[in-house]
Amino acid sequence: MIRTGFKRAALGFALLSAAAGAAAQEPHANAIKNYNTYCVQCHGVNRDGNGINSRDMAVKPRDHTDTKAMADTPDETLFKSIKGGGLAVSKSVLMPKWEGVLNDDQIKEMVSYLRFVSKTTSK
Amino acid sequence: MKAKHALSAIALAAAALNGWAAGGQDLIKQQCVACHAVTKPEKATLDRLWERKGPDLHYAGLKFNRDWMVGWLQNPTVIRAGGVLPPKAAKGADGKGPDTVDPAQLAPHPKLSAADATAVADALMALKPEGLVEKGAFKNEPVNASFASMLFSKLRGCTSCHSSKPNAGGISGPELYTAGDRLQPDYVVAYVKDPHKFDPHVWMPRLELNDADVQKLAGYISTLKSAEKK
Repeated sequence: MIRTGFKRAALGFALLSAAAGAAAQEPHANAIKNYNTYCVQCHGVNRDGNGINSRDMAVKPRDHTDTKAMADTPDETLFKSIKGGGLAVSKSVLMPKWEGVLNDDQIKEMVSYLRFVSKTTSK
Repeated sequence: MKAKHALSAIALAAAALNGWAAGGQDLIKQQCVACHAVTKPEKATLDRLWERKGPDLHYAGLKFNRDWMVGWLQNPTVIRAGGVLPPKAAKGADGKGPDTVDPAQLAPHPKLSAADATAVADALMALKPEGLVEKGAFKNEPVNASFASMLFSKLRGCTSCHSSKPNAGGISGPELYTAGDRLQPDYVVAYVKDPHKFDPHVWMPRLELNDADVQKLAGYISTLKSAEKK
């Protein structure tokens, strides 16, 4: 009986955490869709820079789960690199410019999502 | 009398051609439209791109070389190693190197008989909407191969997503090592200049390259042909 109760509580907790996880991602729904369309090929399903294209790249795509490196990168740099590509922030040309498909608001949403992924705050 | 014969011969030939093309159109209706858009999509949304099962063909007559199509439809090869929608096919490797491609997402393309392939290719070649590709946009100027190759791989970043030789480079974009056989150079120029003219949400970025770069890249891509024919 006690055991069942414990199990139920554990299940309830697991469900709650899952719901909380989903709820935390919800404000980023648009950015996630855009990330999964335009970024995931290089930055990876797990956002860790291991996309299907990354194998032969001379410069590895940024690992968006790297809290330290992402914390050191200002919002403005992230915004510019998405909008104007790697060259706009003196980084690799292998990162193209995305201003043709993403408008400024969408890029801002993406920066905010990257803060969520990297567990960092705006800088 | 002679003129009359000639006229009826022309009429007969025209009728045969019409019948031929119609056969291709029927085949397209039966076999292609489940996966490919052969008319311009009414709503070109991002969701549509996520749902489509094959590349758009509504401008196929501007894009492909007919002879390549006839051959490929009989012996299809994998052009998009990352799948039609790479994000759908990619699987995380959990820290053990690059993501992999789910083979279940790489459905092989149906093979057509020689007659059907010819009929379908001819019908697809008729799909030439106005305003997408400027005829003669490719100037066919001499290209310094090693410089153009460097533009592709190092200087302009094409290689992030495309491969210029088998098993090297990115796989989310269509392979380009047979692009010289496959694509019309005028189309390559138009597409590199503005991919979003062809679809407003497609993941080929608009790099805003200058015309000289576009010409060099298109020239380089036109030299990339399958090894079998070399």
